[in-house]
Amino acid sequence: MSKSNLVTDAAAEFKGRATKKQKLQAVLHKYPWVSSAVVLVFAIFIFSFGNENFLTPNNLSLILQQTAVIGAIAAGQTLIILTAGIDLSCGAIAIFASMVMAKTAFVNGWPGWAAFMLGIAVGTGAGAFNGWLITKINLPPFIVTLGTYNVFSALTLFYATGRTIMDKELEPFFLYLGNPIPLGEFRITYGVLLVIVMYLILAFSLRYTGWGRHVYAVGDDIEAARLAGIQVKRVLMSVYVTAGFIFAVTSWVIIGRVAAASPNSGSNLNLDSITAVVIGGTSLFGGRGAIFGSLIGAVIVGVFRNGLTLAGVDLYYQTFAVGVLIITAVSIDQWIRKAGV
Amino acid sequence: MSKLVAPVLEAKNLVKTYGRVVAIDGSDLQLFPGEILAVVGDNGAGKSTMIKCLSGAETPDSGVMELDGKPTTFRRQKDSRDAGIETVYQTLAVSPALDIAANLYLGREIRKKGPLGSIFRMLDNSGMKKSAKEHITALGIGTIQNMSQAVETLSGGQRQAVAVARAAAFGQKVIIMDEPTAALGVRESGQVLKLIQSLRARGLPVILISHNMPQVFEVADRIHIQRLGKRIAVVTPKSHTMNEVVAVMTGALILDVKDQTLGPVR
Repeated sequence: MSKSNLVTDAAAEFKGRATKKQKLQAVLHKYPWVSSAVVLVFAIFIFSFGNENFLTPNNLSLILQQTAVIGAIAAGQTLIILTAGIDLSCGAIAIFASMVMAKTAFVNGWPGWAAFMLGIAVGTGAGAFNGWLITKINLPPFIVTLGTYNVFSALTLFYATGRTIMDKELEPFFLYLGNPIPLGEFRITYGVLLVIVMYLILAFSLRYTGWGRHVYAVGDDIEAARLAGIQVKRVLMSVYVTAGFIFAVTSWVIIGRVAAASPNSGSNLNLDSITAVVIGGTSLFGGRGAIFGSLIGAVIVGVFRNGLTLAGVDLYYQTFAVGVLIITAVSIDQWIRKAGV
Repeated sequence: MSKLVAPVLEAKNLVKTYGRVVAIDGSDLQLFPGEILAVVGDNGAGKSTMIKCLSGAETPDSGVMELDGKPTTFRRQKDSRDAGIETVYQTLAVSPALDIAANLYLGREIRKKGPLGSIFRMLDNSGMKKSAKEHITALGIGTIQNMSQAVETLSGGQRQAVAVARAAAFGQKVIIMDEPTAALGVRESGQVLKLIQSLRARGLPVILISHNMPQVFEVADRIHIQRLGKRIAVVTPKSHTMNEVVAVMTGALILDVKDQTLGPVR
């Protein structure tokens, strides 16, 4: 009895000896999104001095609208990165699905809901195709999605014959998500609301269900997960299919946001989604991170671009700043991971 | 004496080949109730393959496995787990970023009762934490207190304890341990050996694969010696010395399987 007390005392003493730096490291280790939240608050604070219009409801609403699309794609990307995978084809899937929706409705005269369902099916199928190549043919996710990025982009151009379908040619159903919700001076669109709801559902599933726990376990140590009896391939497949579904839903948000369906839009989405996830504190090595971090990450990029624009900073410097953000975020991630050992 | 008791787990004439490599070549194994059976052998003797067949990680090419006298086949790990055989792997198979309770229940999580569990599929985290604590305490592991601690913050011995606790919590019939002390220091090894003995005290038979002869002689009731893909002898720590076991393992001594007497070097 006294011996075990001795051990606990020694442990307590050891804990007490942690420096402030180690304590910070431990907190960030447990809540990896904290550092990104701090960066966001800090950035908003700084930019509010850059231009008096920055902190207006109008401008903040604009930032949210601008980040909704990236945020939505980043949600699916987060699931994949949590399993230690990556999806370079996410944007291509979303644009492909948006063209399927718009063209079947406008050119083939399908009713809006039917065209929408077809688009969702195509996007989910594209995600399933990625998942199939990764789990059944055993190819690395990077290579698979690099390939399918090109395939889906080419299919989009081929199918859409390079033509943009404008808002006047689209049913109101497709533009619905671009409508603002009356909230005083804020102009939050239904698209933004949909993205937030999507995040809430995913956060719940990841945190409170067995599926979510298995997603983390597979990304953390795939062999340990397999030996613990988790059906690793089934989990991976479910993640790629869910992500494909999310990308397809995002295509609806995209049409609402730009009020058109264009095969040439969204070429930045693929990499920007990874940027949002990484800045949000999710580890590219898998198994660590929180889905809301990615939303914060997307908003950070939006705040930086918007704030620097209002402060009159050239576009090149904005891109430069985002690059610095990414490298800083990954450096912090590496530092945090050391706390675990 | 033990011949009168039926074995819990018995393997007869198992054969497993990988391409042209014959990993086990007609190997047998018998595990009796409430004993610690050590499996020793040189590298490449087929210990690991034998264990993989018993735990369902591999399917033997031919041969019979019987659990409680009934023939069984394991196509994957889940089959052997469902049959009550738990394995502690050398790599521990714990997920570092997940906490202790999550690791204990990994792959067999418990859902909440009522609609929260059945419709929303919510996990019963507090319930799992509570029973994880009970399992850890039952094994006498006092140094682990907080079940929501991530496994990566634990020492090697504590991680091993989590893996052992998981096996003990769910193993109904047999527990297999593959080199459980290989990565541990002296004190931690001692703790794990104590854990193994406490499993036996609870009536669970244990198969212990080890290279460490002093440890084998400390805890084992019987020693199964594997050589060149076959069970070449079964001895006890009382009937033979460490040197003899090592000699048999490496082929310097030939032991007659029937009457367990030492024979001349061929």
